[in-house]
Amino acid sequence: MKNRAETSGIEQKSAPPAGGQGFVRLEGVSKRFGDVVALHEATLDVRRGEILTLLGPSGGGKTTLLNLVAGFLLPDSGAIHIAGQPVTEVPPYRREIGVLFQNYALFPHMSVAANVAYGLRMRRLPRPEIARKVAETLALVRLVGLENRTPRQLSGGQQQRVALARALAISPKVLLLDEPFSALDKNLRGSMQLELKEIQRKLGVTTIFVTHDQSEALSLSDRIVVLSEGRIRQVGTPGEIYRRPTERFVASFVGDVNVLRARLEEVDGEAAQIAIGAAKLAVPAGTLRGCAPGAPVELFIRPEQLRLAETGDETACEGVVSAHSYQGGHVDLHLASEAAVSGRILMRWPGTEAIARWPVGTRIAVACAGTEAVAFPASPS
Amino acid sequence: MRKPRVSTWGGVAGAVVVAAILAFVLLPGFVVMIAAFNARAILSFPPESWSWRWFAKALAYDDFRAGFRNGLIVTGWASTIALLVGAAFAFVLDRYAFPLKRTIEGVLLAPLVIPHFTIGLGFLILAAELGATRGFAVVVACHVVLVLPFVLRSVYISLRSLDQRLELAAASLGAPPGRVLTTVTIPLLAPGLVSGWLFAAILSFNEFTASLFVTAQRTQTLPVAMYNYVREYADPSMAALSVMYIVATAIILIIANLFLGLGKVLNVEESR
Repeated sequence: MKNRAETSGIEQKSAPPAGGQGFVRLEGVSKRFGDVVALHEATLDVRRGEILTLLGPSGGGKTTLLNLVAGFLLPDSGAIHIAGQPVTEVPPYRREIGVLFQNYALFPHMSVAANVAYGLRMRRLPRPEIARKVAETLALVRLVGLENRTPRQLSGGQQQRVALARALAISPKVLLLDEPFSALDKNLRGSMQLELKEIQRKLGVTTIFVTHDQSEALSLSDRIVVLSEGRIRQVGTPGEIYRRPTERFVASFVGDVNVLRARLEEVDGEAAQIAIGAAKLAVPAGTLRGCAPGAPVELFIRPEQLRLAETGDETACEGVVSAHSYQGGHVDLHLASEAAVSGRILMRWPGTEAIARWPVGTRIAVACAGTEAVAFPASPS
Repeated sequence: MRKPRVSTWGGVAGAVVVAAILAFVLLPGFVVMIAAFNARAILSFPPESWSWRWFAKALAYDDFRAGFRNGLIVTGWASTIALLVGAAFAFVLDRYAFPLKRTIEGVLLAPLVIPHFTIGLGFLILAAELGATRGFAVVVACHVVLVLPFVLRSVYISLRSLDQRLELAAASLGAPPGRVLTTVTIPLLAPGLVSGWLFAAILSFNEFTASLFVTAQRTQTLPVAMYNYVREYADPSMAALSVMYIVATAIILIIANLFLGLGKVLNVEESR
């Protein structure tokens, strides 16, 4: 219960409902499968026209939430609204939603054109109008000329475009994307992500996007909802989620992070002073409620917020280089350090000079490069 | 995966064994086919002179003609009813959880372990009680029970391999449940439905043991007519009829293979 109270308090702060109500609105929606709580009292507003990403590990509840919005599942409790209308009891075929499935779920016995026309035929539109809309939508996803192919004759990327065209052809109120890029190879994934975002902007369709890939979430979303164990952990823009995580889980799930042992010096309103080695750092106080000055805390700091301590710098901690890993544009420098909870610290260096300058076994001093960090009470372990 | 190498001698020995097994399997059919062309009125092998006349006689024989017609009537009704009932049950078993599910499944598959003569005898006793021993109804009912397990299995396997997300996709695009069924589910199940029906039809048309109990003179099917014939005569018209049986079944399977692929007809491959 304590957890939930915290979550909703944070949610109000970081994501004030725009104009009172969201375009898609969930109010205290819960769903359990047998003894497993798949989603616990989720309350969420999706703004009109935005890409909202549901991010979390598998089993976190994100696909359940998507299926509830689609109407494939009925909630045990709570209410769902789309465009101001209550839809909790409305079956999927009257919700006017477009769904892009992970495996695309194209109808194998129909041509590309028939797949895209399916939703329009179900709406009993006149033939010429169906033909016009199919052509229009296929042009939008750049698939002109493949109308008469069957899904089996298409590549993975083409199949995904057909699936997207089929979902968009009905001009859905909401577009739901269930891990759409997971089946594509890395290069194609990047270009499809860009293309999807362009199409989404062009049409302005409200989009809910499910992924377990945090970099995909950061690059694609207007806002991110982090879920784990069936609960909403944090809602915010990609920047807020990355730079100001409000929960330990969010801080460690999104992006790489170093967890360093530190001490709380004092709390001054919204800011808290943290001491780490000789260095001092100001972090948001919100995550340290209930901690007394002098209490041990854990500092969550991104690799790019650390740098080598130079003369005159206050050293935060020391470590011994244990490995380099060349990443193309930069080098990941792995340090073994007592100061880190896991015993390891990750730092980033542009270019390749780090490999020659600090060979394995070198002892180096680390300083904090910026002030972007968050701290949580030390976990009792 | 790389196939293991076999030595030349091993390969030859293997080929001989396989050929021997195939020959053994095909031998009875082969003997009957040869015997059918015997010019003399005995079932002997090998024939001394050749003729088509037993084919003409078999085609002209009244009991065979009636048996063929009766067989078609029984097969048509029995496999169609079994398809409808079996498909409905397969759908319910695949999609819903309910108490006694396992028991119901067991009962529907039971004819596989109950001997055909038991089922035939049972239907005979029942029909006698109801005074219905002379009609087609009892024969059809008996055949439905006999072929139902095969139809049920065939449709059930097709349903299992059907991706339910296709149905969800159709629903999200605005198709109410009835239209999902007619535009997505049934078209995708068609190979399973057709193969189930075909399997049932071939089994029903060839069924002898139970049919012997439940048919009367007026309703006897072709296998029963053949049995009655062979009790009195031993000329090659029986063999000629067998040849026609084999050819007809082969043609049906070849056509089915053209449209569906034999793997799907026999349900040995995933039907997608």
